[in-house]
Amino acid sequence: MSTAGAPAIPLPLRVIPPLRVGRGRARLLVERNVVAYRRGWIFLVSGFFEPLFYLMSIGLGLNHLVGHLAIGARSIPYTDYVAPGLLASSAMNGAIFDATFGVFFKLKIAKTYDAVLATPLGVRDVAIGELSWSLIRGTVYSIAFLAVMAALGLIASWWAVLCLPAAMLVSFAFGGIGMFATCYMRSWQDFDLISLAIVPLFLFSGVFYPLSLYPGWLRTVVMVTPLYQGVALLRGLDTGVIGPVLLVHACYLGLLGAIGLVGASRRLGRLLLP
Amino acid sequence: MSGSELDAETGAAVQARGLTKRFGEFTAVDGVDFDIQAGEAFGFLGPNGAGKTSTMRMIACLSPISGGSLQVLGLDPMRDGPRIRSRIGLVPQEDTLDLELTVRDNLYLYGRYFGLPKKQLRERVDQLLEFARLTERADERVDPLSGGMRRRLTIARALVSSPDLVILDEPTTGLDPQARHLLWDRLYRLKREGVTLVITTHYMDEAEQLCDRLVVMDAGRIAAAGSPRELIEQWSTREVVELRFEPEGHQAHGDRLADLAERVEVLPDRLLLYTDEGDATLDAVRSRGKSPIAALVRRSTLEDVFLHLTGRSLVE
Repeated sequence: MSTAGAPAIPLPLRVIPPLRVGRGRARLLVERNVVAYRRGWIFLVSGFFEPLFYLMSIGLGLNHLVGHLAIGARSIPYTDYVAPGLLASSAMNGAIFDATFGVFFKLKIAKTYDAVLATPLGVRDVAIGELSWSLIRGTVYSIAFLAVMAALGLIASWWAVLCLPAAMLVSFAFGGIGMFATCYMRSWQDFDLISLAIVPLFLFSGVFYPLSLYPGWLRTVVMVTPLYQGVALLRGLDTGVIGPVLLVHACYLGLLGAIGLVGASRRLGRLLLP
Repeated sequence: MSGSELDAETGAAVQARGLTKRFGEFTAVDGVDFDIQAGEAFGFLGPNGAGKTSTMRMIACLSPISGGSLQVLGLDPMRDGPRIRSRIGLVPQEDTLDLELTVRDNLYLYGRYFGLPKKQLRERVDQLLEFARLTERADERVDPLSGGMRRRLTIARALVSSPDLVILDEPTTGLDPQARHLLWDRLYRLKREGVTLVITTHYMDEAEQLCDRLVVMDAGRIAAAGSPRELIEQWSTREVVELRFEPEGHQAHGDRLADLAERVEVLPDRLLLYTDEGDATLDAVRSRGKSPIAALVRRSTLEDVFLHLTGRSLVE
């Protein structure tokens, strides 16, 4: 067979690649995800609508039946009560999808990371890059949701400017721990476990009603789950009920994300670089 | 590649001494020694499970070594992984193309992982698309491509960073003859440009075509090393006489003809007589009144060496 006419790659071949040191390389994986999503941007948007629909139906709908709720010494309309909770779940949704399904697809199905690790990038770059991407997506959801809240007049305090960084902490926590869990998944069936965790978190973490409705032991259980921490933090900031306990919530979320990041990066090393 | 970055004593691109890889109780690579010189095409031959891929992965800094020593481009894989990988192009056994990206973006983003600047990279990607004959498919996804196209894309991807060392793990397995010859042509071009090639294969014709030197691995050890010609000289005779009799008589015929050749191998369907003068041996067979159903005199190949060293039983 004739192979004439195929161009040789012109010399000099050697273009010294500037070797990026440390974290700079994780950014390249984010760049990859931006390109990959350029055609599928609609999927980026879809998850944002779920909490928005909840806000419209439950928030605005039940507002007429419930009226006001007491928060600390204050009484606020039900819509104002629900909105920060839904903001927290929006931040969670935004981060969890790519950190779980996305990472699993690239890890086990498409073997994307096997290819990535043959370049100067290492497992830590992969973990940081993917978590950053989840965080970006969660942040986009949060900004959009905050804009809706502002437009509907559901922001009750100047403290609410801190809602965005707080929502990012929620995304960080769920992105990190979701990615860590995904590194232990064997097949798509295992993802039922993720739904099994996310749905009750969404329904029972105090998004829709105060924990005081629960018996004492159940209240304690819910209080140690991560979405409750996010809901409590965002509700405090949005309604301006500020106290040192908000710092505890923030530390909890930051710590959870960090554990997820370190754990995922170790586990990826064991899986991909045997 | 500048000499100062190579191993100071030997000038080797890769140097292994007692290199070992263990997975739990299982020893995949069992204390192997080899030197791969800069600019040469070096082959690893061996049946499945011989330890070829484990060796490749250690060279590519994708697998920590369990024992012995390894230097790649004068550096230590355990310490300088990212630096070494920045100068290596890897063509893995299975294509690990990015299914969520187009053909062009597969090359482009891979180049970005190496930190190549965007403008320069775009030009390079166009050249590589031509090189891999994929220009017309550049904006399609990877999924609909044929096996040969994917393989070419994987090889083009490995070249995006202009590596000094290209590692190809069974580059042509599963390809049709046309695609194989096209790939071989591409690999020759690379070699002419001074790139060091490390190739694993179980196609003997491929090894003879491409490799300056090679090692035959079996059960994690190196069974033989040398150029294809040296290996044939050392481990086989110049020629082989293939004889076909009625199948049930092969063993008896083999015993009776044993003194006519340096070595006789009895296979279910034929007898192989290893000899330096094939025609003379065949005449001698005939002069004993044996008339085979079919007879063939041929030159020894690397395949004879390979089967002699690694046995004919199937390894899974």
